[in-house]
Amino acid sequence: MAKSALLKSSLAKKYWMAFTGLFLCTFLVGHLLGNLQLLLPVSEAARDQFNEYALFMTTNPAVMILSYVTYISILFHAIDGIVLTVRNRKARPQKYVNFKPSTNTRWASRNMGILGTVILVFIVIHMQMFWAEMKFGSLEAYSTASGAQVKDLYTLTIQSFQDAEYGLIWVIVYVISMIAIAFHLSHGFASGFQSLGVNHPKYNNFIKKFGYAFAILIPLAFAIIPIYIHFGLEKI
Amino acid sequence: MKLTLKIWRQKNAKAKGSMQTYNISDVSPDMSFLEMLDVLNDSLIEKGEEPVEFDHDCREGICGTCSLQINGEPHGPDRGITTCQLHMRKFKDGDTIVIEPFRAAAFPVIKDLVVDRNSFDRIQQAGGYISVNTSGNTQDANSLPIPKEDADMAFYAATCIGCGACVAACKNASAMLFTSAKVSQMALLPQGKIEASERVLAMVDQMDKEGFGNCTNTGACEIECPKGISLENIARMNREYLKASVK
Repeated sequence: MAKSALLKSSLAKKYWMAFTGLFLCTFLVGHLLGNLQLLLPVSEAARDQFNEYALFMTTNPAVMILSYVTYISILFHAIDGIVLTVRNRKARPQKYVNFKPSTNTRWASRNMGILGTVILVFIVIHMQMFWAEMKFGSLEAYSTASGAQVKDLYTLTIQSFQDAEYGLIWVIVYVISMIAIAFHLSHGFASGFQSLGVNHPKYNNFIKKFGYAFAILIPLAFAIIPIYIHFGLEKI
Repeated sequence: MKLTLKIWRQKNAKAKGSMQTYNISDVSPDMSFLEMLDVLNDSLIEKGEEPVEFDHDCREGICGTCSLQINGEPHGPDRGITTCQLHMRKFKDGDTIVIEPFRAAAFPVIKDLVVDRNSFDRIQQAGGYISVNTSGNTQDANSLPIPKEDADMAFYAATCIGCGACVAACKNASAMLFTSAKVSQMALLPQGKIEASERVLAMVDQMDKEGFGNCTNTGACEIECPKGISLENIARMNREYLKASVK
């Protein structure tokens, strides 16, 4: 029983949801730190630095393993979320005529599925825009000052958000997605700890506040990047 | 007070129910919610109509029998009370009150506002006990020292009256607050520790079998619980279960 319990039971699904979710939180931090390089003033050096970083992130074996774990986590988190949502719907086949969840719960906590779907669609768009172009597209390759042979992801990224026709639309899409992530994290971060059984009057307040700070600051920093590239950065 | 009541009427478990509207006058603000329903039923009986079936027993907030989803919330708009402790002064003259049974696949409607909450009993029977014969063998309370904090937490968990408001309030119809309270009241005490692993595995297993939803930590249960059972219990159950499953 114990073995199947960790795979099949309702609580197991919650553990995996929490575990993958919190892992993805750490991924967000790493991804953000790398992306902040895009805020550097436009120069050959900035271009080389970002493209060499992108090359490292796609070829270093340790990073590659981490990225596969990230893909699996995203998939698992999404599928587990769908399974849980379907089961939860089944648990109340006859709906209430009058149901007032707003009196006792926060909006984000009730709409994790919708927020998650928005985020999943964003991830697909985001990967199609950059990851797929880098991996399968016809990105221009060149030699950096240090002699590394790299694909020019930097120029693609900057141009995508500075594009006269679609640039602003992409900025809006990215900002809306970051708002969805912010709301998702505002419930998900602390909720993950609760699901894993980490709840103690001594630490609850800290986890909650840290979760809110994380939910605001990380998506905000991410959102600043396309906004700055479009409105602030020198055009290339 | 004059009120308009919209009440779920359903002939039996198999029948298809619907909302019916009743107008009621001469309601005293000092009546309890259940007394108001008694008045309604008296008038229905006088008219030769079928009275509205609803659950009630002690009428002093300790048995957990009364239920009712009142204006979208279990046990009505007030906090920390059961329906029998809800007074009509919480409503205004001329109000429309929507009264529905608790809704969950694991709480099937038997008739009108009465639901079958035996699923809770089966969760209890799956492991919510200790295998000690206490009759005639009661030992002195001081022979087994228990830290005050643990005793208090076990006591708070044990105040759960199993009314089902947690399930009714939860958007997922999850029974995790109830189950975790029953797991916690035992897990916190030395007498309960011996069977802690089997208990939590068996009770969660039964909870899943009954078709309750999963906890998404919205916290609605804790707020609507008439006894204020804390979400801390769910985290404790999660810990206990994790420990038991990797053993």
